[in-house]
Amino acid sequence: MAIRERMSGNEAVSYAIKQINPDVMPAFPITPSTEIPQMVSNYIANGEIDTEFIPVESEHSSMSAAIGAEAAGARSLTATSSAGLAFMWEELLLAASNRMPVALALVNRTLSGPLNINCDHTDGMGARDTGWIQIYAENNQEAYDNFIQAYPIAEHKDVRLPIMICQDGFITSHAVENILLLEDDVVKKFVGEYTPEEYLLQPGKPMAVGPYAVSNYVMEARKNQLIALKNAKQVILDVAKDFSEISGRSYGLFEEYRTQDADYIMVIMGSAAGTAKEAVDQMREEGHKVGVLKIRVFRPFPAEEIAEALKNARAVAIMDRAESYNGNGGVLGCEIKAGLFQKKYMVDTVNYIYGLGGRDFTVAHTMQIFHQLSDMVENGTEVEQYAYVGIRN
Amino acid sequence: MNDRIEIRWHGRGGQGAKTAALLLADVAFKIGKQVQGFPEYGPERMGAPITAYNRISDQVIRVHSNIYNPDYVVVVDETLLHTVDVTRGLNPAGAIIVNTCKTPEEIAPQVAPYNGKIVTIDARKISEEALGKYFPNSPMLAAVVAVTGIMPKDVFLNEMRASYEHKFAKKPEVIEGNMKALEMTFDAVENRR
Amino acid sequence: MRTDVSQINESTPYMELTEGLQIYAGGTTKYFNTGEWRNNTPVFHEDKCKQCLLCAPVCPDSCIPVVDGKRGAFDLDHCKGCGICVKNCPFGALEMKEGVN
Repeated sequence: MAIRERMSGNEAVSYAIKQINPDVMPAFPITPSTEIPQMVSNYIANGEIDTEFIPVESEHSSMSAAIGAEAAGARSLTATSSAGLAFMWEELLLAASNRMPVALALVNRTLSGPLNINCDHTDGMGARDTGWIQIYAENNQEAYDNFIQAYPIAEHKDVRLPIMICQDGFITSHAVENILLLEDDVVKKFVGEYTPEEYLLQPGKPMAVGPYAVSNYVMEARKNQLIALKNAKQVILDVAKDFSEISGRSYGLFEEYRTQDADYIMVIMGSAAGTAKEAVDQMREEGHKVGVLKIRVFRPFPAEEIAEALKNARAVAIMDRAESYNGNGGVLGCEIKAGLFQKKYMVDTVNYIYGLGGRDFTVAHTMQIFHQLSDMVENGTEVEQYAYVGIRN
Repeated sequence: MNDRIEIRWHGRGGQGAKTAALLLADVAFKIGKQVQGFPEYGPERMGAPITAYNRISDQVIRVHSNIYNPDYVVVVDETLLHTVDVTRGLNPAGAIIVNTCKTPEEIAPQVAPYNGKIVTIDARKISEEALGKYFPNSPMLAAVVAVTGIMPKDVFLNEMRASYEHKFAKKPEVIEGNMKALEMTFDAVENRR
Repeated sequence: MRTDVSQINESTPYMELTEGLQIYAGGTTKYFNTGEWRNNTPVFHEDKCKQCLLCAPVCPDSCIPVVDGKRGAFDLDHCKGCGICVKNCPFGALEMKEGVN
């Protein structure tokens, strides 16, 4: 029986951590993820879990310690946001290339400048090429559910890669909402014990992690890492299927909300997807065939699957909550368009940048965007291909 | 969607407007509602104006944006009436609840051109009488529940007693004071109907 | 199953490499003959040696074996010929000679 509760996104992730009782958590505080190590520390202090908490002096160290603990054979995790993730950059690549299934609770926040503490996806997008699995949440429920699925995905023998469970800073992390929790023993059984085959602290079975590799090994090593990341796609789906059996909640690589017959689709990731769904419902009542495709799994990127899901749309709005400064659009814009092109699906798209530094994204914005798409397709109106939503001009 | 109540709180950092919004979400959750309670962070400093929000509904709430057309506005600090456009977008069929010793008639010119319902609560007087200290949270919470009619008084008081008993397990002496503050506020609001 | 690291070399196809290039064995550096990088070679004059053992700890490659309190012959399979031991010997018992032997 599910437990009815209300909690914030940070509380929800901390609660999942409590139920999993991982071995080691090195962490350094940064807004808006600070509450997670704080709450986990409370659980430890109260004797509810026996996770070893390591207070470190920086995120460079927290990720280093998480990698070290993982290599030693411990299930480890950390939490961070924004500049904290940036400061881990070198170690993020190490965790992935050394094939350490570390979990990271990322509470998305922008990066300077200008200095700002609020939500956008600059931090997560900055880590897009580090080899981590990245899963995004719409609300506290998904942040909780995703975290419970994190280790079964990351530790799977076909994967063995680190995983970021992302949620929107403040919008989800600090908002109290209803949530359905699973019982402790159900979570414990689902996640299981961590039993790596090879780890450092195994008497009589010495090993070395992270050796120097001459050029003749590097491309082969990267290829193997890529294969593992691609394998994650199927594992994510398998784990989601098992999860639906214990929770009744289904997850895929992305969620298609009223897209089946939709002329116009908005592709969006994170908390704003809920806002967009609300707009879709209101517009459907007025007879507009609109839908939302919410990206859940950002890495590995389901480019082909998304292209298939979008191929019948008359136009697609691709929403990026981060600027990529490539001058050609946001990360999702570029990757989705590449996926459509690869499949030879010539669907009209418009890329929008929204919600930077916590700028609010509303139902009205969503409606405006859908109307812009239909105006473009039906009346041939020129639409800016790479536009900032709600910018003052 | 029509059953959804949207509330915007205005306070100053450190006064507990955010806490009050979360408490309201809490108590509404306990009677089976779908809830949202969230702060909007600005400079995050003691004394700086802050905004917090509540959505309360029988349906699942998916929207994750701020509230621009609230049904109710709660002003925890009267001095904000001069600096913040507290009635912006306020539903004329709703109400503004202000923590002040003044009467609604005295507050009206300060919130003009808004001409909807104004409810004033002297949270300081109630709090000091009931608790011996100034904690505006409990009175403001009770005022919101009384004005919005989210739940009947007895249900509210029962839920709050349970929650205080949990929250103040180590300081049981403050429970009665807080309960008294809630009751006094509730009655004060009801008498003005 | 542990991959036998002695079977891995620079021609191994990617499918046969280990996960994260992890090495499933201990002390594998001794299989790597770094002695062949040497241009100069230390020579040990045992008659001048007082067995003070100042040479052994300064060797960056652990190429001076100490058994029962006495140093022995150089491990020339791994000595890179840096000459630190020679600089450090107070008794002139070590000298560098040009060449690999």
